Amino acid sequence: MTAQLIIFFVLAGLAVIGAVSLIFQRHPIHSALSLIVVMVALAGLYLLLGAEFVAAVQIIVYGGAIMVLFVLVIMLLNAGVEERTNFSKLAATAGIPLAVALTAFLAATIAKSGPVTTGVRPGSVASTQGLATMLFREFVYPFELTSFLILVAILGALVLAQREKGS
Amino acid sequence: MSPPVEDILRVMPELIFCGFGVLLMLLQPFLRERNGMAFLALCGAGLGTLASIFPLVNAGSAFGELIRADGFSGFFHLLVGLVAFLVILASAPYLERERLAPAEFYALVLFATAGMGVLASAQELLTAFIGLEMSSISSYVLAGYRRESLKAGESAMKYFLLGSFATAFFLYGIALVYGATGTTRLSQMSAADPGGILLRLGLALILIGLGFKVAAAPFQVWTPDVYEGAPTPVTALFSAGPKAAAFALLLRIFSTVPAANEFWFWAFWILAALTMFVGNLGALVQTNVKRMLAYSSIAHAGYILVAFCAVAFTRGDDERLTAGVAAVLYYLLAYALVKLGAFTVVSHLGGAGEKRLDLNDYAGLGQRQPVAAAALSLYLLSLLGLPVTAGFLGKFYIFKAAIHSNLIWLAVLMAINSVIGAYYYLRLIVIMYMRDSQPGVDRIPFPASVNLVLMITAFGTIYFGLFPNFLIGFTSHPGFILGR
Repeated sequence: MTAQLIIFFVLAGLAVIGAVSLIFQRHPIHSALSLIVVMVALAGLYLLLGAEFVAAVQIIVYGGAIMVLFVLVIMLLNAGVEERTNFSKLAATAGIPLAVALTAFLAATIAKSGPVTTGVRPGSVASTQGLATMLFREFVYPFELTSFLILVAILGALVLAQREKGS
Repeated sequence: MSPPVEDILRVMPELIFCGFGVLLMLLQPFLRERNGMAFLALCGAGLGTLASIFPLVNAGSAFGELIRADGFSGFFHLLVGLVAFLVILASAPYLERERLAPAEFYALVLFATAGMGVLASAQELLTAFIGLEMSSISSYVLAGYRRESLKAGESAMKYFLLGSFATAFFLYGIALVYGATGTTRLSQMSAADPGGILLRLGLALILIGLGFKVAAAPFQVWTPDVYEGAPTPVTALFSAGPKAAAFALLLRIFSTVPAANEFWFWAFWILAALTMFVGNLGALVQTNVKRMLAYSSIAHAGYILVAFCAVAFTRGDDERLTAGVAAVLYYLLAYALVKLGAFTVVSHLGGAGEKRLDLNDYAGLGQRQPVAAAALSLYLLSLLGLPVTAGFLGKFYIFKAAIHSNLIWLAVLMAINSVIGAYYYLRLIVIMYMRDSQPGVDRIPFPASVNLVLMITAFGTIYFGLFPNFLIGFTSHPGFILGR
């Protein structure tokens, strides 16, 4: 238990540090790289919960595919260091207390609600087998609908991006 | 393990909408004929609407209670199916005039309709989310369908960014509700502690997400720009379809989860009052007809929220609950017919490139095109709530529900807003009939399919205004929502 707890705190700390650095970095590439740290740390947390499949997906999809997309877009746009305007300073001064307040509120709520009796328990739903059963038995309808959702997205991308045909 | 036939029949409308959408995409390279594609799309919308009748006679759950096909979802399926049918009918000449590709357009409309159908029958939040995204993503693309127009680009971009933001709220809300109750199924949530702050926070975030989709103030900022920039038949779709579907989900959530009831009364109260005033006061100063109708649709979302307030105030009184729900459903139908008709008229009077949208372009329409002017006047009068039109009875039922629930102040605010609304609706009618045409404005003949749309919507507006009993009897059937 203690070993698990230590690993949890290390990973959670890494995730928080990565997230904070993501916001405070001024160059978009640095922010994107910080995001990778968050993703990988989260994958570790999922592993700790016994969710191997979700952890692997987290690494492959988020840490891999989506981050590559991010970095590629940043390089394509050749985005430079972000500019600080009066408004962004205002956003920072108003945003930080709000973020602290929200965190305190959520922490207090979770602390007040006592030990978690509902929700995800390690090794129950989150395991690969449990996930597969959920996905292909209980949630087969939304799962199939997702394929239409992706089809819509592809069609939409085609419609908006295709070259004008001489009509 | 394949699902039983009953389950398939209960999601048949979605299967047909999606199937015809895919069919259109597949046939697009071979079918060069515009009319052929429109016909195919109309078949899809019509068959899907017909398939929605099955749940009406054989209610029940499908796919392990993820979907509930009953009178309530059947009503919304019929509504969004009809909307899709009329939008496709009205957009065929529009697409030809603007030289836009038809196949993708119709396919997106059908996919959006399927998403709305899922939204209306979902009994589980993740399924609802997928439905919401199907309809939203199609909507974003449809808003930007006139790619050469800068305004359309602005419209699509704004809709996409703000819509994704709202979706994030909705998702976070689902996550918190799941954290609080351990389930995403609405039927199992009733067991949860209604006072739990995590549950309240989650439901509040869901309310924000859906509030955006129905354009309730203060989440309405996107509406005028998106409505103005989108192709007008698409605007007609936006104002009728996705709004009704989002209201359906909102109604399902806030009438099946007891935790959602009392606490939300004030939330709906404030939303309703704010939305009515923002919509009506905003519409007063508009000179663009499309923008004016956009603000008016915000105002009408406010009226519907008044009925929501009445529903939230029922405190377990079933009779009041069904009366409130019936008022919402009746209003949504009356409003959808009128908005479809009005935007169809606007889309065809706009001319190529939608240049003529100013109030002054409507001067002298009464002499120039008496039929179009008469139809538009009928829609405006129904929006205003004049007797004989469906809009009057819609407002009447909401008033009745509000007063039965002792929401006197809200009813007073609604009356004040109806008077404010009268100003800008009547102003357009006065301009159409009392002023002379501006030089250089030609008569624009309406194609047969547009005339058909106008006939159906005008007939529906008067028919339901005169004979509402069938519909009200159908929608106020006890247990219409809870399926008891």
